[in-house]
Amino acid sequence: MAVMTMREAINQAIREEMQRQPELVLLGQDIGAYGGTFGVYRGLFEEFGPERVRDGPLCESATVGFGLGLAISGMRAVVELEFMDFVTLAMDQIVNQAAKMHYFLGGQVTVPLVIRTPIVSRMGMGPQHSQSLEAWFMHVPGLKIAIPSNAFDAKGLMKTALREQNPVLFIENVKLYGTKTEVPEEEYFIPFGQARILRPGKDVTLVAISGTVPEALAAAEQLERDGISVEVIDPRSLSPFDTAMLVGSLQRTGRMVITHDAYRTCGVAAEISQRMMEEAFDYLNAPITRVTGLDVPIPSGHLHVTVVPDQNRIASAIRGLMS
Amino acid sequence: MIAATQENIGMLLALYNRMVMIRAFEESAIELFAKGLITGSTHPCIGQEAIPVGACSALEPDDLVLATYRGHGAAIAKGADPRYLMAELLTRTTGCCKGRGGSMHLCDKEKGFLGTNAIVAAHIPIAGGVALSCKLRKTRQVVLCFFGDGASCEGEFFETLNMSALWKVPLVFICENNGYAISVPTSASQATPDIADRARGFGIPAVSIDGNDVLEVRARTSAAVAHARQGYGPFMIECKTVRWERHSAFSAGRYENPEEAQRWKKVDPIPRFAQRLLEMGATVEQLNTEEVVARAAIQQAVEFAMDSPLPEPESVYEGIFAKPGT
Ligand SMILES: Cc1ncc(C[n+]2csc(CCOP(=O)(O)OP(=O)(O)O)c2C)c(N)n1
Ligand SMILES: [Mg+2]
Repeated sequence: MAVMTMREAINQAIREEMQRQPELVLLGQDIGAYGGTFGVYRGLFEEFGPERVRDGPLCESATVGFGLGLAISGMRAVVELEFMDFVTLAMDQIVNQAAKMHYFLGGQVTVPLVIRTPIVSRMGMGPQHSQSLEAWFMHVPGLKIAIPSNAFDAKGLMKTALREQNPVLFIENVKLYGTKTEVPEEEYFIPFGQARILRPGKDVTLVAISGTVPEALAAAEQLERDGISVEVIDPRSLSPFDTAMLVGSLQRTGRMVITHDAYRTCGVAAEISQRMMEEAFDYLNAPITRVTGLDVPIPSGHLHVTVVPDQNRIASAIRGLMS
Repeated sequence: MIAATQENIGMLLALYNRMVMIRAFEESAIELFAKGLITGSTHPCIGQEAIPVGACSALEPDDLVLATYRGHGAAIAKGADPRYLMAELLTRTTGCCKGRGGSMHLCDKEKGFLGTNAIVAAHIPIAGGVALSCKLRKTRQVVLCFFGDGASCEGEFFETLNMSALWKVPLVFICENNGYAISVPTSASQATPDIADRARGFGIPAVSIDGNDVLEVRARTSAAVAHARQGYGPFMIECKTVRWERHSAFSAGRYENPEEAQRWKKVDPIPRFAQRLLEMGATVEQLNTEEVVARAAIQQAVEFAMDSPLPEPESVYEGIFAKPGT
């Protein structure tokens, strides 16, 4: 096993698939020799050249549109959007076009398109460069959404995304790019719709998404010292969503806390909570609790730490539940 | 200009046939809408038939076309079977999109018709991507993209002009400038009289032509397609035309100006072309035969559609995602 960063793991998955699939093309801005805004594509331009690693103009909407056009006509495209906040500029192509085209054209086209974008929630980059907007897309039928929190999962999920015949939104997190895990030498795929228990526990189920995963694991550690056993689960993909694993865990623990960097109102936690109410209400020993980003434009600089959940906020929510 | 030889009289009559077929298709659509058989809306291209017919006649069979919700004519002109198109308008299971798409979403991939779109201008960058695919795969195919004057004000149009010129993709932009975007006349939406100027600003060769002259559209498109196929990149043709009908069968607004109505009658591309054909040596009988055959095909399409089943409610979840291996 090699130990590598999440950035390297994603790079490796894409490199392997580019070697395997001559029809696979990358589109985006600053993805050439520069290697991508956050360096995920380092070395790909040198290896595959400008025909396939296509640095292009700043036009998020047409870039996704071109990617979609490639996808429906015998190729496969990966489009990088530099910050998740910029999905707003490509919204129509993602939501009205890519997500629905297979359906409204009666299955005549397939859409092997991956849109990669990083959440930059924990760097104090201000209200237009810090948002976690995954809930918008979970709301829309027709998209698959992967949101890994570590190198191992990121590689396996990206390999799956690059064999898909459907549009995939692949949400990364800049804070996690440098974190390392073991990654097998041999090829592997992680299917969408399978959550992962990152740490088993028996008193409370803690569901953590993307940038909150390290905070959730740290909170679990803290609480262990107080005798509270926390099961940490990373859903890894939002569409399809592994409701069953969460229900199973809740049946064992009787309590659930959900944490994400995204805004609280209509965030993914609200949807998860409702699913638990529908499927495991009788097992609940306490109300399901959300520890989320605050409902404010995310301020620049120091104040942003007030907005996103940290291990202490998560731990105190769990202590509150247990008392 | 095309000379009237025996061989090409046949080809020209086929163009006439297609134009009449489109007219009949749209008249039927309006009628079926009025009877409540078409839900939602439907956007006829009556008066604009010369554009899709002329343009598509300049293509090879494996060239590709993308169009708008006002693209029934483009679908027919590219060779899609009107029975499956009409069944789609009536959202029957036999429709080209299995009754999922309806009037604004038609597709016939086999015939190279890669779909109509209901978001104004959204298909333009998609067409750019399809053209890039043809270039990268070295297929020598050319992509034709139809869009309206309204669409030419959207950002995605400008983004695609830039990207397609930059990457020299084999894309021919066909602007159907029919003078209106729903109720907004071009005088209230366009900063310059010729939309073709926008393409020139990106270094794309462009012409503004009489879009109601089918042979003019055909000749100009042939040249544009040759340019694109030879690897010189995109080309734009602005076809000036007029919209006869309301924006859609659903629209509240009407055009009651009798002077405009007279103007429309004078430029009707179908009698105009009939007159040309007679001058070129076609006979009245030949024209009548084409008319009868084309109208009969549409009558059959309506019957086929009406006899086809509606989808079952439980099928609504089918086809959201492609299955692995497709
Ligand atoms: C992005 C978007 N904005 C608005 C509409 C509503 N709409 C449908 S057709 C239309 C007019 C478009 O005019 P034009 O491009 O000239 O095409 P035409 O209908 O004349 O063929 C509008 C505003 C839409 N479907 N999509
Ligand atoms: Mg118009």
